Amino acid sequence: MRIKRSMGERTFDAVNAILLAICCLAVAIPLLYVVAGSLSSNEAIMHSEVRLWPVGFNLDNYDFVIHNAVFWRSFGVTIMIVVIGTAINMVMTLLTSYPLSKAWLGGRRPIMLFIIFTMIFQAPMVPMYLLIKELHLLDSIWALIIPSALSAFNMLLCITFLRSIPEELFEAARVDGMNEYRILWRIVTPLSMPINVTLMLFYAVGHWNNYLGPLLYVTDRAKQPLQLYLYNLISQFDMDSAGGESVLELSSRLTPQGLQMATIVVATVPVVIIYPFLQKHFIKGALLGSVKE
Amino acid sequence: MTTTSLAKAARPGAERAAAGRGPWRYFLRHRAFYIMLAPGLLYFLVFKYLPLTGSFIAFQDFNIFKGFSGSEWVGLKWFRQLFQYPNFGRLIENTLIISLYQIVFAFPLPILLALMLNEVRQMAYKRIVQTVLYLPHFLSWTIVFGLSYMLLSPTNGLFASIFSGMGAEGGILQQSEYFRPIIIISGIWKEMGWNAIIFIAALAGISPSLYEAAKMDGANRWKQFLHISLPGLLPAIMILLLLKIGHILDSGFEQIYQFLTPAAFETGDVLDTYTYRVGILQGQYSITTAIGLFKSVIGFVLLVIANRVSRWTTGEGIY
Repeated sequence: MRIKRSMGERTFDAVNAILLAICCLAVAIPLLYVVAGSLSSNEAIMHSEVRLWPVGFNLDNYDFVIHNAVFWRSFGVTIMIVVIGTAINMVMTLLTSYPLSKAWLGGRRPIMLFIIFTMIFQAPMVPMYLLIKELHLLDSIWALIIPSALSAFNMLLCITFLRSIPEELFEAARVDGMNEYRILWRIVTPLSMPINVTLMLFYAVGHWNNYLGPLLYVTDRAKQPLQLYLYNLISQFDMDSAGGESVLELSSRLTPQGLQMATIVVATVPVVIIYPFLQKHFIKGALLGSVKE
Repeated sequence: MTTTSLAKAARPGAERAAAGRGPWRYFLRHRAFYIMLAPGLLYFLVFKYLPLTGSFIAFQDFNIFKGFSGSEWVGLKWFRQLFQYPNFGRLIENTLIISLYQIVFAFPLPILLALMLNEVRQMAYKRIVQTVLYLPHFLSWTIVFGLSYMLLSPTNGLFASIFSGMGAEGGILQQSEYFRPIIIISGIWKEMGWNAIIFIAALAGISPSLYEAAKMDGANRWKQFLHISLPGLLPAIMILLLLKIGHILDSGFEQIYQFLTPAAFETGDVLDTYTYRVGILQGQYSITTAIGLFKSVIGFVLLVIANRVSRWTTGEGIY
């Protein structure tokens, strides 16, 4: 059934739709430009002919990225951090969330306050750096994993989810002789898969995008993750830091911009690939507990 | 654990009775839960609280070789030095101005976006817009910096080639007068969609019957917005605004550091970027910790004051 709307209403709807379309274009244009540039020829980039479509289509820039050992080394470091880091994040989140989802647990309130306090007062940069130094974690990938082993915000999301699991289920398991560790592993973990997937994606993207951690704690080139490599490639472009000898033979045919654009695209692709899953899940996560009556 | 204690633990009544017989027995009965909590609590203690308490080196002449206990106590020396440092005023000014710009320009936009999305009737269109606008949140600041750099590159960036001859010589990214707008605009580009989610959720939580009743009474869209949508959003708006005010001296280190070049120090060097350069790179740990402590104290005081004012005027607060 269509309700007839007044002229003013329809104008409003049209203006609204157009403004939103403009917002979408503003988000899309920089991305399209960089993709188009990365696929364009050296000359087209030099003469600023590229707009939103490749000019003189070729894959030379990607050829460089694919054969760039330094890039892949950083890529590997980041993959390692994402995999190990996210695994630790999930274990820590479930271990902490399950007890705290019990409203009756003694000491729950002070413990929650203890954790929420850390969300408001962030650890200051210099003492944090000194702590990592004291723990001999500098220049190690563990400096990027252990200090972010648990996110208070994600833990709160997990607790909210776990509280929706009926207590009777746990009681039945206890009567059957399961102890709490087995309940956590065999009942809580499988039942909380929807939130686990959401949190896993959140954590993984967080590790993938982490720039601050490596900036502060990793100076060793061999251990620098992707974001740090990417930043150095863009801000202080020199062929040496970009990829050493493997680049020299290519450098006559390529422009720094082309290489930078192609590297940006390759570093973005994994996030874009998981984005549909991320979107499907974070809506649930973000809207958790805001049920319309 | 024996089977009898398990059976007892299964009954909430039994737990409360056990609690009455002393905390130690209660703890033993539920020790599994506390053992599970131990790693998480240890994590927060070591990586969140220890650095906070480590701020005491702001009152020491901290020397990395003498350590925390061996370093000399110097009272408020660093704070005095800080306030006498000629560039400290500039750091504070830059930090505050960027934060204020963020509050004035970047903060209201997600609210506006949520209201606009709320008016879209075609669900498919709404979903497409949301999908596009949420994406940049998941891109790193490095990527956003890279995109900005490519767009604004003086030699062959997209903007330079479209607006060639419009005073783009030297590159917008390297000019101090453009630094703040670039920070604000790139911040809006990245986070506007994502920050709208909480307002979209708040709007979705408003009962449709309120709008129906308002329509019956002849309220147009503007009136509905003013009397239903806005009051419905107010709690979320106030909470986020209060938190932002509490963090007014943190203007986003990761973003600003990446965009900042020495040419833009005049307008863009903030407390955090100075702390990084002087503290981490040059090893002046004590004075930069004093900056951190100064930031925390100011942030806390502002949060308390803003919360008071908010409770008094709108009835909303975070505690």
